[in-house]
Amino acid sequence: MDSIAGQKSGLSIVTNVAVFIIVLLWLIPTVGLFVSSFRDRDQISVSGWWEAPFSVELAYRTRGDADPTRDGDLYVIEGNIFETGEVQDTFTSGENAIAGFGLRGRDPGAFAAGDVVENRDGGTVVVNGDGAYVYTSTEPIDDRGPRLYFIAQSPPDFTMANYAEVLTGLDEDERAQEIASGATFGELLFEETGIFRNFINTLTVTIPATIIPILIAAFAAYALAWMDFPGRGFLIACVVGLLVVPLQLALVPLLNLHNQIGIGQSFLGIWLAHTGFGLPLAIYLLRNYMVGLPRDIIESAKVDGATDFQIFTKIILPLSFPALASFAIFQFLWTWNDLLVAKVFLPSTGEAQVMTVKIADDLLGSRGGDWGILATAAFVSIAIPLVVFFSMQRYLVRGLLAGSVK
Amino acid sequence: MSPVIQGIITIIVGVGGCVGYFYFANLFLDKVLYPPRGKNAGRNINRANIIRPWVFLFPAIFALSLYLVYPVIGSFIRSMYDRAGTDFVGPGNYVRLFNNPDFRQAFLNNILWALVVPAVTTFMGLLIAQLTDRLRWGNIAKSIIFMPMAISFVGASLIWKFVYAQDPDLGIINAIRASFGGEALDPLQIPFWNNFLLMVILIWIQTGFSMVILSAALRGVPEETIEAAIIDGANPFQVFFKIKVPQIIGTIVVVWTTITILVLKVFDIVYTMTGGNYGTEILPSFMMDFMFRDDGQATAVAFVIMLVVLPVMIWNIVQARKEMR
Repeated sequence: MDSIAGQKSGLSIVTNVAVFIIVLLWLIPTVGLFVSSFRDRDQISVSGWWEAPFSVELAYRTRGDADPTRDGDLYVIEGNIFETGEVQDTFTSGENAIAGFGLRGRDPGAFAAGDVVENRDGGTVVVNGDGAYVYTSTEPIDDRGPRLYFIAQSPPDFTMANYAEVLTGLDEDERAQEIASGATFGELLFEETGIFRNFINTLTVTIPATIIPILIAAFAAYALAWMDFPGRGFLIACVVGLLVVPLQLALVPLLNLHNQIGIGQSFLGIWLAHTGFGLPLAIYLLRNYMVGLPRDIIESAKVDGATDFQIFTKIILPLSFPALASFAIFQFLWTWNDLLVAKVFLPSTGEAQVMTVKIADDLLGSRGGDWGILATAAFVSIAIPLVVFFSMQRYLVRGLLAGSVK
Repeated sequence: MSPVIQGIITIIVGVGGCVGYFYFANLFLDKVLYPPRGKNAGRNINRANIIRPWVFLFPAIFALSLYLVYPVIGSFIRSMYDRAGTDFVGPGNYVRLFNNPDFRQAFLNNILWALVVPAVTTFMGLLIAQLTDRLRWGNIAKSIIFMPMAISFVGASLIWKFVYAQDPDLGIINAIRASFGGEALDPLQIPFWNNFLLMVILIWIQTGFSMVILSAALRGVPEETIEAAIIDGANPFQVFFKIKVPQIIGTIVVVWTTITILVLKVFDIVYTMTGGNYGTEILPSFMMDFMFRDDGQATAVAFVIMLVVLPVMIWNIVQARKEMR
């Protein structure tokens, strides 16, 4: 194609730039989520993810905990604010700067560094830009030291803490407590009510719901592709029609049916439902593929005395592997990502919730403002589909083409 | 019993049951019912071959009838009964729906979705397919644009919640506005236009689908036609719009209808982004408001969705029948 006259025109630069911009637009939202999921949660709320590699100004509180000395009438505490007990773990690099300090939590940056300010104990306080502070008081200072607030540049902080919290459902203190009492992290994953449990639930829904329809559909597709019987055309038309039946129609009657026959809202019910809903696409895809297999092979097998069952298991199934794989990927992605069917056919308690329901109903509702948790939960839920997608893209594309273009 | 073990047992029982059914049904047909032996051997083989397709088809037909055909009828009947399901109210639920301003809003929004999303998605897909066709890094670009297909609607909604967040330290849109001196606003609360912001999410997800299919179709356009046009002096735009597009118009229609059907079913995006507030309700999310509360109204909404899909369904069947001849 490149040899055709006029192909290498000035358009190619424009094309490159245009595609680059589109790709960037498509990528930015996901990158934002990905970066946010690794950021410290205090930092998320004060600077955008695009500023993640830079320091941010955060407010801290601490106590002037150096030993007081006497200076005439005054009691004096001197030291470096970055080395005080409550914040020394945060500032380890040694290159820190104070942007402002204050005496009340409501206004932690009320005074500029270096200002000498009167405090409530009748003395003064000053915090210099390098963190050195002097606190004076006319009263004796108690052992814990006076409260001080300050604003400092906080270095970029990338952490796995969000993942630990989302997966176990316990925050840092609760985790430390559990681990101190002898539990391992693995036990916390399985026993606590974090999203790891929902992850297992999703997996439990997905795998049977992917495997079972393939088998049923493969036999039906073979019959519709290679066996001759009255009503075949009608059945194919039915399958094509059923492809577009909106799922919403099935919800109420099937849930009632499940309740009547005793399945109720359970994993068995959702497996059956996904199997039923996935069948039209499975039959359609597999039939389209099987029809295209060479007639000679099948006829010579018949001449050699093979039965339909043997032809199916020994010839058709192995040859149809690409189509089976592409349907399997579709069904996997669809069941993994599904929210509607899970909301209706599974009980709404935490025990049986799948990840999509957990995120949409629990996390978005009760922790709507906790962006670190939301980003991390979302990323946990899309990680497996992304891996499947990138490793099996070839089959996915082939399946899409078999389904839509002939 | 832990659901994991239950799942493993189900896989074994399900797969084993399927294989066992097919194997033994065949065996029964060939060995017991119509054995190809004796004086009726010929007749028996014929009879077995008449029955065999139905043996192969039975599980699929059973599941399809139970899970897709029965619900269409069942939903229709249920929508004729009141909330408790005991009193026949005829078209009462439908009358109530059409008198409900929220339903009318949802219906109109849904039509807006069904018009805008397929059009933009197909156009973007076609554009990207054409642009990436001859790029050296075209396949990487396509992979990235195709990627959102793997992401759930819930995940995608969360991703875009970040983009649309009101806080300029979270949402990139408000950050850009702030850098031009604009006030921070919640994009999802802008009346009417918030619908389009939600559509952007679905377009973002689905463009990869239309791109992949249209890109394959573009590759299938015979080169002679393009060469001839170029020799006749056509510029690249003329080649695209007058030579390539007319030859793949069939595929474009398929992509368009497929996305239209999808649009009519998607409820996750509205549910997670706005919960149907601020005038963004669409039919599928409107139905979930009634689910578990008033089955009569819920099934009526579902049946309205079915009626909207019906023309596309008929068109699909007609096309499929044409291809088989």
